Amino acid sequence: MIVNLPGLADRYRADFPILAQDVNGHPLVYLDNAASTQRPTAVIEELARYYREDHANVHRGLHTLSSRATALYEKARERAAQYLNAERPESIVFTRGTTEAINLVAASWAERLKSGDGILLTEMEHHANLIPWQIVAKRTGAKLHFIPVEGDGEVDWSQLEKYFREHPIRLVALTHISNSLGCVNPVSEVCRVAKKHGAVTLIDAAQSAGHSTLDVRAIGCDFLALSGHKCCGPTGIGILYGRPELLNEMEPYQYGGEMIVSVSFENAQWKPPPYRFEAGTPHIAGAIGLAKAFDYLDRVGRPAIEESDHYFGRTTADRLREIPGLRLLGPKGDRAGILSFQLGTIHAHDLVAFADQQGIALRGGHHCNQPLTRKLGLIATARASFYFYNTVSEIDRLVTVLRAAIKYFGE
Amino acid sequence: MDFDELYQAIILDHSKRPRNRGTLPPPATHGSGFNPACGDEVTVFVRQSPEGRIDELAFESQACAICTASTSLMTTQVKGKSREQALALQRRFIDFLTKNTPEEGLGNLRALGGVKKFPQRLKCATLGWHALEVALSEADRGPVTSE
Repeated sequence: MIVNLPGLADRYRADFPILAQDVNGHPLVYLDNAASTQRPTAVIEELARYYREDHANVHRGLHTLSSRATALYEKARERAAQYLNAERPESIVFTRGTTEAINLVAASWAERLKSGDGILLTEMEHHANLIPWQIVAKRTGAKLHFIPVEGDGEVDWSQLEKYFREHPIRLVALTHISNSLGCVNPVSEVCRVAKKHGAVTLIDAAQSAGHSTLDVRAIGCDFLALSGHKCCGPTGIGILYGRPELLNEMEPYQYGGEMIVSVSFENAQWKPPPYRFEAGTPHIAGAIGLAKAFDYLDRVGRPAIEESDHYFGRTTADRLREIPGLRLLGPKGDRAGILSFQLGTIHAHDLVAFADQQGIALRGGHHCNQPLTRKLGLIATARASFYFYNTVSEIDRLVTVLRAAIKYFGE
Repeated sequence: MDFDELYQAIILDHSKRPRNRGTLPPPATHGSGFNPACGDEVTVFVRQSPEGRIDELAFESQACAICTASTSLMTTQVKGKSREQALALQRRFIDFLTKNTPEEGLGNLRALGGVKKFPQRLKCATLGWHALEVALSEADRGPVTSE
């Protein structure tokens, strides 16, 4: 029997055909949504439909198919702008994903940083929102500052102002929802404080894009990065939102076709944003599929998805804390449906392999968060991450398998 | 079932109660192996006689059951062997896992044969053996990775 208080799985699980399968002889329990969500039929079919009916290259053909593909691609940009409540479609740059979006800002905007300028990060940043800034710091002489993660995953945000008073912070880059701790960071408040001190803000929305209402103007950020495949869209497509004034003064990140106004043998002039940042043939189908995913998520309702996400976070946290020897990371109170934990002395890879034999897909490792994992005195953790198509009975399956693992690997 | 083949009783036994756990002081040499994919780390300590016989071994690990058990089993198998014999056993063991060569001469290392059905765990089974090779080479070339 499927008991599901948030109620979304009853209505929408059937839209995800991949979930209806057995893995290793058991019904699949997919709890690796923070790594990648699954796609609804609507998105899968739109990709096939586009390739079957409308595909050609964009922005350069005068023929009918090219016009259609261009119209769909630009409509996808409009849809993305609407999804994020961006000022205008030109604020949306299509990228390969969150990683490329952050690298774009690091390679282009961050060129203006000077020796001694401060870049403020948190200790919970994904490697994608850490390493690009390490490289910027090495290149420009800027200095990295980290807001610490205390205990097993709490951040004292009341100390935020201190960083701005003590250091010339020019950029704040932080994750909205942590992919390892499952905490939801107060991004609007951070952006408000940053703006007051004249710092530019970048939000890593990889984990929040498909899980909550994202309004870039309400958040007040200058940049925001997301990945399509973590919000029901295709892999290989993502978005960089940039405030128009900032994008306008940024140099291209890559060079080639599609991004120029005119070219001589010696020189070239760039198109305005966002085209300046989209050199080469883009992932046209990906953008169109992503727009379809946004349609789908808005049909389900992002407030409802967010509610279900927090329900899974809280409920699963309570259940996991009842398991002897389990160390759960992340905040004690409200949280998103991402739960990393260490179970006794069982290594995460053994645990993930054990769960897989029961048809349960978990992630095991440092979750691209090696410095934090080490700071917490851990090598690797197991992670269960939920989406609105998960069910309450799947929490039961998770708890059962963890208790069985203690018996199997225990003394 | 494949899974119980991977985690055989002897593997679980050696992972819960590793043999030769610990460190050896110099002049024993040591070598470390690191798997960047999961952060697992194994350090193997070796004391060799002047003739190149392995008199004593110890190891420390922060690693999964497969990795710890494979390293533990290794220490029990190579003690008393010459450096050449130990390296020959390493090659035979890795060939057994990767090229499906016969299991003769491998003793209870055969218990790791279940790894053949889980190629993503191959690095777990071989990490300690790479660390052994570094320890035997005595060369100070830093930790090896499983890559």
